[in-house]
This record gives sequence, structure tokens and C-alpha cells, in this order.
Amino acid sequence: MKISELPGDESSGLTCRTYVIQNESHTLGNALKCLIDRYEDVQFCGYTLPHPAESKIHFRIQTHETPALEVLKRGLHDLQKLCNHTLNLFEKEVKEFNKT
Amino acid sequence: MLSEVPSMAIEKVMIKNNTSIIQDEILAHRLGLIPLKADPRLFEYRPEGAVEGTEFDTLEFSLKVRCSHNKVQTKDSFRPEDLYENHSVYSSQIKWNPIGNQASVHKDIDVGPVHGDILISKMRPGHELDLNLVAVKGIGKDHAKFSPVATATYRLLPEITLTREVNGSDAALLQTCFSPGVIGIDSNGCAYVKDARYDSCSRNVFRYESIKDAVILTRIRDHFIFNVESVGALPSQAIFVESVKILRDKCKTLLDELQQFYHSSSITHVNK
Repeated sequence: MKISELPGDESSGLTCRTYVIQNESHTLGNALKCLIDRYEDVQFCGYTLPHPAESKIHFRIQTHETPALEVLKRGLHDLQKLCNHTLNLFEKEVKEFNKT
Repeated sequence: MLSEVPSMAIEKVMIKNNTSIIQDEILAHRLGLIPLKADPRLFEYRPEGAVEGTEFDTLEFSLKVRCSHNKVQTKDSFRPEDLYENHSVYSSQIKWNPIGNQASVHKDIDVGPVHGDILISKMRPGHELDLNLVAVKGIGKDHAKFSPVATATYRLLPEITLTREVNGSDAALLQTCFSPGVIGIDSNGCAYVKDARYDSCSRNVFRYESIKDAVILTRIRDHFIFNVESVGALPSQAIFVESVKILRDKCKTLLDELQQFYHSSSITHVNK
């Protein structure tokens, strides 16, 4: 399992969670944080690398109403779309550049 | 991100004979660091625990060199190049041994070392190297030799704003404060920002009282300039594309997992 939940938030509803993502670092954490931070309902979003020798990140999401899991999924989905968009745009521009 | 884009590198060195003065482990390390031309996109990772490589995940090379006295030398020759044969071993002497179907899939010039003039070792007569090299696919996180780039950096696009007119000697002074080509001077002797992109963002201007109030140095926060310097296996643009694909795939695996996660948690919810 790559992703799991940190205990301690069970009593505070679905709107705040800390997820632990194994084998990831700033590469994914920062990109995802930047996206999720911009969403309307998000109160707080942040991540940390608890220890530099351990390859995992803690990803914290707090919202007003939307379940944190939904936000995380939306973030991942949007990041994926963003990647696809970057790829398409980049390949188009490279083609354009090579023509001239 | 560019520590996760894969490339091929020599991972195992079987030493049949090494009578040169360079130690086995140092030699193996040097060989590992030689960049290979092989396109990592055409290969797979070797499965964990696999002892034998297949034609899809392994490249085999051999290096067999023997140093000897040069028979046809002039009497007064003193340079090692004239005295000995094969006294320096270069990466171009590494020979590729295709396994399985590889010879028909890859071309000889497409798999070997990127540069043929990398010095591997120096030898004297009687010294001999006889090695089998095994190259596999890996990522820079595991070892820097697998990194497809020499450097990969990014910076923000600098933005320079002049708040007032700068004329005459002050304009010339202003010009010297920035990288060449950043500040231009028009026909009236008035300074203007020609191309802020080339600026190195030094804060030299603020040393001069006369012009320090005329400039605002900022950066455009959503304009990134990436600088990718490939080692040679992949063109830089391909490395960028690969890196974005890796990020995308990461999202995908996490999303897939979350989908299951969500399903299982909703099931437990129903059971309650």
C-alpha cells in the first residue's frame, strides 16, 4: 500500500485528514500542495517530509465542508490533467520550433 | 524530478583479469560512471532478485585490452604513446555483445558509450584488462550514474522596471550593473530594459546612490525557465517529456489506489 491515513482525526469528521504517502518526496508533495491550496473550500493544505532518511511524506488537508479524501482525489486528478496539458503544449511547441 | 528519469549504466563488472595498477573496485566504479547511448525507453527494469538478465533489460559489453612494447619505435622515443601499445584504455575500446535478438533491434552505434575518448585506465607493458560489463536500467535516486542529466535547474524570469528616466553617464553605469544585453541605451542616451531574461539577478545597482532609486528588481512568479543539460543518451526535450510523464503516472497510481481505498472504506461503513 502506497498511501495510508495517519490516526487521530477519526473524531473530527471527514474534513481533515493527514495522509502518508510512501516513496514520495517534494516532487509530488509540493506540486500537489500548490494545486490543492488554490481550491475554494480548502482551509489548510501542507506537507512535510518527517525525516530526510525516510522516503515518505505526510500530506495534511483541512477543509470547511468537502471530505478531505475528495479534495485529495481532485488534486491528483487535476495534477494528472496538468501533466497531460504540459506534455501536449510542450510537444506542440517543440514541433513548431523545429519547423522554423 | 530528473533524479527519477531512468537511463542505462554499467551496473556489474565481471573481472576475469586485471593486472593493471588500478584496483578492481575503482575500475568498476569508473566504468559505471561512463554514460551510455542506449535509449532507456527501449528497455525494462530488471526485476528485483533476478540474477540472469534478459535481452529486454540488459546490455552486455566486454573490454579486453593488453598493453605491450611498441615494436616499431625510433631509438630515441620517450613518450609513452611511442613506447607502448594500448597504454591508455579509452571507452571506445568497449565492445558490445548483443544477447538474444538485440542485434536486430539495436544498432551498434546506438548503445555504446556516449563519448569514445573517456580515459578508463593507463597501463604499462604486461598489464592486461579482460572484463565483462553488464548494463541495466536504473534511476538517479539509486545511483547518480543512472541520472540522464548533468544538471537540471530552473529559475524564475527576472523582471526589471525602471521607475524614472536614466540618462548620460548614469545610463552607462546602469548598463554595467546588469548582465550584457539586459539594458539598452537608445539614441537619446536614455536607458531602457532590452531583455531582462539574460539577467543574472545580481543586486549590483543598489551599490550606487545615484541610480539605486531608479530600479525595481523582481521576478515573474509563474514564469519558469528550465535548463536541462543532457548527458547524451536522450535529448533534453525528451528528458523533460519523460519527467512529466513520470509525475503523471505517480498521480495515476495514487488515484487508482485511492479508488480502492475508498471502495473498501465505504464497504466497511455499510457493514457497520
